[in-house]
Amino acid sequence: MSAALPLAAAEYADAQGRLLAPRVRADFPILHREVHGRPLVYLDSAASSQQPRAVLDAVTRYGERHHANVHRGVHALSQEATAAFEGARETVRRFINARSTREIIFTRGTTEAINLVAQSWGGTQLRAGDEVLITHLEHHANIVPWQMACERAGARLVAAPLNAAGEVEIGAWSSLLGPRTRLVALAHVSNALGTVLPVRAMVDLAHARGVPVLVDGAQAIAHQRVDVQALDCDFYAFSGHKVYGPTGIGVLYGREPQLAALPPWQGGGDMILTVAIERSTYNELPWKFEAGTPNISGAVGLAAALEYVERLGRERIAAHEQHLLALATARLQQLPGLTLVGTAADKAGVISFTLQGIHPHDIGTILDREGVAIRTGHHCAMPVMTWYGLSATARASFGCYSTEADIERLLAALDKVREVFT
Amino acid sequence: MEIRDLYRDVILDHNRSPRNFGRLEGADAEALGHNPLCGDSLDITLRLKDGRLEDLRFNGQGCAISVASASLMSEAVKGLSIADVDALYHEVHALLTEPAHVPSRPLGKLMALAGVHEFPARVKCASLCWHTLHAALAKPAGAAAAPTVSTE
Repeated sequence: MSAALPLAAAEYADAQGRLLAPRVRADFPILHREVHGRPLVYLDSAASSQQPRAVLDAVTRYGERHHANVHRGVHALSQEATAAFEGARETVRRFINARSTREIIFTRGTTEAINLVAQSWGGTQLRAGDEVLITHLEHHANIVPWQMACERAGARLVAAPLNAAGEVEIGAWSSLLGPRTRLVALAHVSNALGTVLPVRAMVDLAHARGVPVLVDGAQAIAHQRVDVQALDCDFYAFSGHKVYGPTGIGVLYGREPQLAALPPWQGGGDMILTVAIERSTYNELPWKFEAGTPNISGAVGLAAALEYVERLGRERIAAHEQHLLALATARLQQLPGLTLVGTAADKAGVISFTLQGIHPHDIGTILDREGVAIRTGHHCAMPVMTWYGLSATARASFGCYSTEADIERLLAALDKVREVFT
Repeated sequence: MEIRDLYRDVILDHNRSPRNFGRLEGADAEALGHNPLCGDSLDITLRLKDGRLEDLRFNGQGCAISVASASLMSEAVKGLSIADVDALYHEVHALLTEPAHVPSRPLGKLMALAGVHEFPARVKCASLCWHTLHAALAKPAGAAAAPTVSTE
């Protein structure tokens, strides 16, 4: 069932084995367009990454050659579509090293995956007086579903504090892991700060108390090797569009015994075995959690994206982004009035910053006119902003196609910001 | 469209030194404005006399466009009748959203906002203060809580 692990392709590496970013860029058509008359510099991959030709072509090929509904027809197209969809599930399994495809649920994205657990698990396991433990650096998608679940159950949402660097200190965190904690939910990587959380150590502490752990992997999946068995987490959620795939497709990984114990969360076609007016019986994993016609072309595109990342090599991508992070951090710190927000020792390729006296939205607009796309605002992590006493930051984030030249363009555009405001 | 069409000298000046900034003691009306996209918020307090907007202050934090727009607005509306404030509100809304809008009345320094409509992502920054003022004036007399408006 499991295919051999593909090796990172040599064409994407230089003589030292480093990622050849110019070669990678050639695969991304959108990176060759202009914005406001300047070549695009895309530094917003943490919001959504761009898609390589391999993904765009896979989705087109599926639509041109194989599309039909899955798990239904006896005709050739339905069988081809089913093979493509279930083949995509196997690619996801391999990519995150799950034990079985029964542990891979397709969702619309990270948000829906977390909502699935919050509703299905929360609806049956959470009782009045229980606690769900999150952290202060979570994206709204890993806060609000738990608030809703806690409200329904009469449970309490507890958020662990951050230190000044934007790290979750494991001592402070574990002191909140108490006898009432029923579930731990945490980001693998903070989207607003770039902080990488020590997930395995936190999972071990939670499991020592019998508490299951959900990991929001939206910001990690494209930037480091994710092995759900090595992490030992119970649930892991991620989105296709943050790992060079299409929007509208994502994954919930769940440890099989955990998923088997949960009731379905949405009813409809595909998630049933038999339906009578009096009662229905539910399908097996993973289809029990996939009501209705799924996003088949999205799954095909996601699989193509994961295969693309495997060809580039995840260690190579991680090393490349760490190099860019170090370079950009050093250069930005030299700018007068610039403050980095989030200075964790272990960081992913995300740099949040503020400029004294200049609002992030003004930075974003001026950079945009220079062809440089960054994110500005609260990054759907308002508690992080509150923690730092800010309303917004500017954020540059890297992907496999980012280059040193992108950083130079960012710095030049920041000079322009200063020029406008002085 | 150059970036300086948005960040004109008048805008930068009002951002650096906002007029009528703060809170008005003994205000007759107050409203809170909020832009959930960016988290920026604005508070307007005002005093009415004989059907005129006698005085107002704005408070809060925001980008250069929202601060300058509120500052320019505060200068433009002070002393106007409620009907004139309302007419100006509609004029400015058209200026911010319609290309090549020709105002039916002189807008004075408010014309510094004419570049905003070329930057669609920033229209809400410039209009938040006007929506907030509108809400403060529309508040029924004797209502307990200050109304809150949102750009979304």
